Amino acid sequence: MPYLPHSEEDVRRALETIGVESVDALFDELPASLRNPDIDLPPAMDETRLLAHLRSLAAHDRPEGPNFLGGGMRRHFIPSVTPHLALQSEFVTAYTPYQPEVAQGILQATFEYQTMMSELTGLAVSNASMYDGATATAEAALLAARQTRRERVLVSRGVHPETRAVLGTYLEALDIRIDTLDLETLATPVPMVDHDVACVIVQQPNFLGSLEAMPALTEAAHAAGALMVAVVDPLSLALLKPPGAYGADIAVGDGQTLGNPTAYGGPSFGFMVVASALLRQLPGRLVGETVDVDGRRAFVLTLQAREQHIRRSKAKSNICSNHQLTALMATVNLAALGPQGLREAAAGSVRQAHRLADRLRDEGADVAGEARFFNEFTLRTRRSGSDVRSALAERGVHAGVPVGSEYGLGNAVVLAATELVSDDDIEALVAALATVGELAGSGVGHG
Amino acid sequence: MQIPDNLRYTSSHEWVSAPVDGMVTVGITDYAQDQLGDVVYVELPAVGAAVASGDPVAVVESVKTASDIYAPVSGSVEAVNEALHDAPEAINDSPYEGGWLFKVRLSDEAEPGSLLDAGGYQQAVEKEG
Amino acid sequence: MAEATSRDFPLIFERSRPGRRAARPPRFDEPDLALLLGEDQLRDAPPRLPEVSELDLVRHFTQLAHRQFSIDGNVYPLGSCTMKYNPKVHEEAARLFQDLHPQQAPETAQGTLRLLYELQRDLGALTGMDAVSLQPAAGAHGELTGILMIRAYHRARGEGEQRRVVLVPDGAHGTNPATAAMAGYRVVEIPSDDRGEVDLEAFTRALGPEVAAVMLTNPNTVGVFETRILEIARRAHEAGAQLYYDGANLNAIVGRVRPGDMGFDVVHLNLHKTFTTPHGGGGPGTGPVGVKAHLAEFLPVPLVVDEEQGYRLSEDVPSSIGRMRSFVGNVGNLIRAYAYIRTLGLEGLRRVSGHAVLNANYLRVRMQQAGYTIPFDRLNMHEFVARPPEGVHTLDVAKALLDEGMHPMTVYFPLIVKEAMMVEPTETESLETLDAYAEALGAILERAAEDDGYLPGAPYHTPVRRLDEVRAARQPVLSYAFDEEPGSSG
Repeated sequence: MPYLPHSEEDVRRALETIGVESVDALFDELPASLRNPDIDLPPAMDETRLLAHLRSLAAHDRPEGPNFLGGGMRRHFIPSVTPHLALQSEFVTAYTPYQPEVAQGILQATFEYQTMMSELTGLAVSNASMYDGATATAEAALLAARQTRRERVLVSRGVHPETRAVLGTYLEALDIRIDTLDLETLATPVPMVDHDVACVIVQQPNFLGSLEAMPALTEAAHAAGALMVAVVDPLSLALLKPPGAYGADIAVGDGQTLGNPTAYGGPSFGFMVVASALLRQLPGRLVGETVDVDGRRAFVLTLQAREQHIRRSKAKSNICSNHQLTALMATVNLAALGPQGLREAAAGSVRQAHRLADRLRDEGADVAGEARFFNEFTLRTRRSGSDVRSALAERGVHAGVPVGSEYGLGNAVVLAATELVSDDDIEALVAALATVGELAGSGVGHG
Repeated sequence: MQIPDNLRYTSSHEWVSAPVDGMVTVGITDYAQDQLGDVVYVELPAVGAAVASGDPVAVVESVKTASDIYAPVSGSVEAVNEALHDAPEAINDSPYEGGWLFKVRLSDEAEPGSLLDAGGYQQAVEKEG
Repeated sequence: MAEATSRDFPLIFERSRPGRRAARPPRFDEPDLALLLGEDQLRDAPPRLPEVSELDLVRHFTQLAHRQFSIDGNVYPLGSCTMKYNPKVHEEAARLFQDLHPQQAPETAQGTLRLLYELQRDLGALTGMDAVSLQPAAGAHGELTGILMIRAYHRARGEGEQRRVVLVPDGAHGTNPATAAMAGYRVVEIPSDDRGEVDLEAFTRALGPEVAAVMLTNPNTVGVFETRILEIARRAHEAGAQLYYDGANLNAIVGRVRPGDMGFDVVHLNLHKTFTTPHGGGGPGTGPVGVKAHLAEFLPVPLVVDEEQGYRLSEDVPSSIGRMRSFVGNVGNLIRAYAYIRTLGLEGLRRVSGHAVLNANYLRVRMQQAGYTIPFDRLNMHEFVARPPEGVHTLDVAKALLDEGMHPMTVYFPLIVKEAMMVEPTETESLETLDAYAEALGAILERAAEDDGYLPGAPYHTPVRRLDEVRAARQPVLSYAFDEEPGSSG
């Protein structure tokens, strides 16, 4: 039996030591009516059959082809050295570093991660990661509610719909009200914020790809004593003003673009970085620096009294696991790229996205609005967004995240480009859109 | 284990000074600080906050634990020991003096007298241990 | 904080030198960013990320890996963590699917969707539950999902305002009460009896019209089966409460007993425990939930459904509690769990639980022989609680074990046992490994008896020795201080 080491002799010896007749007898204390039910599972497979089976499943996935998909995750350059280092078995098969003397690898790497996230966002303290950007945003709202003792949250419709959905799930349980700010010309207008609002949540760049006026929005939040929560794409922070620079109190988001494959949505990781005044409210694990008895620098999980295993029902969150390994991938990747490489990836993404938008405008496509965008933008379409996406997929191009009717744009999709998008890829998308009848002046009856 | 005679106590290990002009000082006992270990952080109530006897009003943290501190008396918080922000270890070093937590303006001046005296607290501790 | 000395292992920032770099993304001419994005949107100075060559990068993270204990390195019997061997074929399995983008048209993701659909079905079969969501990203996340569904259930029946309390045993993992609080509930703890099981009388007294749910782990956190579970379930349901199963300890019974049969209404599983998805140094985990039919209408969305035109993600759940996270779940780990279930089949999984319980009882006897006390002297399941003899501290034993190159068990949990050591060897350890572990523990006691200064100073041979955790908490230093570095870029 795979992975189980015991021979019959081993089992016999163990039973004798314990003083029990058989392995099944170890379960005799359990109510008889519960034991050994009939469970319908497929028969066991050896490794050869298993891999053949998985390959045949994978053959029904079609990941290849030019990829212009955004909407929460994007394909960026990940050098081979990144997974080679991050997925070393000492990192993969380790557990939470509760015995720091033998866990300096994970602990130091996490300290380095915290430092990098702090640098990217311009805020003082990062935790050791959370599940994803959506749950990190929800936890940020809970933090703001605890800190301000207010029970209302203002969120821009420019925040990803799935993030807003998760926010709703988490906050409804604690009777915290959510009000949604509608967009005007694809961006968030500066609101009048009431004094019962705990935080204002804005995404930069937003779901439609547009750049938001973060300093003005932050000021509006602060004028009412509310916190500003910026939901950001960490890769864009290679170029864009970081949340700390415009006075945001909390920066959250999804870390996938920093160096994890898209993997059909997970695992990725969420990040949360806060201003120093909010340190005691920060959920999740934290690694701190200290010394050992010999005066050597060392790292350790610290400020644990915030967490569930100590504080139980009064913890800042119920979070126990973080997303350590995927955060480590990002840490290694950021060190592999360095500031120069990160800038190149970000600038390349901006260039290719604007090149695509220009090409589409040239071909008569309805690129929405005049708003400035980073590496995603909105395209109005004739058919529904999901129909367009399927039609393009049939032609071997992955593009078109559907834009929901809540945005009042009619049929539309969001297109993204990264440094992995070549000029040929752009031509392929333009041609595919023409073929499926989405460009002005394209004939009917194609495809 | 120090248990000064001039203070009153609760079974949850808070001490209260004798009232002076309707005000008392509150802290945790030598026994409590010893049980907690090295104090790393203290969360104190807001000045001006109303407190009711038995309410959790403060938290004292060590590396591995967080202990709720319960108001031993009712009233309003007059002052908190700001020095504990930078030097929480004062609670370990001097639980009855430098390590005081907060001062309360009593709503009922007779209340401290109904708490345990030093002998009563000694017995409570012995029963626990 | 004091400056780094030459004995300190360098931080990546300390290896950094201006102008160095490792990886190179595809290059383009840089566009006029101020024109495209607006000057006011651009950051003033680049982030101070490390500038290292690829070889220095490799050395740094390879050396860091050498400073890290892992299952692949040596035995790691943390109680309730199920540190079993992580099969390497799972890594190959996950790689086959890793380039799929979650926003792809579902027609182009039929392989992954079918795998997820089958996993939903198989996890339901193993737990005896009627419907499964693969959404939750961790055990605690699964707990929150389950408790929110229970909350929705009571509200739908007009009892939401009335039922504000969740019952939790005093030995429960901290996530249980923390989860209940996040869902707006008040927590009441139930004491254990002297056999280590829930005190049935106290439990019954605590039940009432204000109780929404009871959260239980079975076997529980001292490693014994709640033998009266059927009666507990009956009484809870009679009082109108829902029963929640924390699946952290499923490894003891997988394939042999189903939580659904015990009477549980909601279950979460820890795939990173029972189903050997890697712990990763603390995560990512995965915590799918299963429910009985009466709760299926509250499941989070999306679910993977099988329709005529193929598999797709559906948000068609009538009274769903909503979304718990982005996209469908931690797919990379779901694939690994799927591969594990396919590899072992039912007979294999039954052997997993059988040998997990066998190994735990074997190690218990060996540790008893080595001088350790077992507070609940009965057959345990996949884990057991022990204590060092009077006068010896668990913390010191743990630190001395590090010098033997082995990982300590869980220490000081559960809270209901003083100086607790919670030990879960798992089924993948050989008897020689368990013998060596018990011998090492015995040798530590002997050494301590001869020399009482020895234990408190341990460990002696690890990369760093005992840390000043008080300092770390009193003066938190949570990121590298660039300004202290001479010649740093601002």
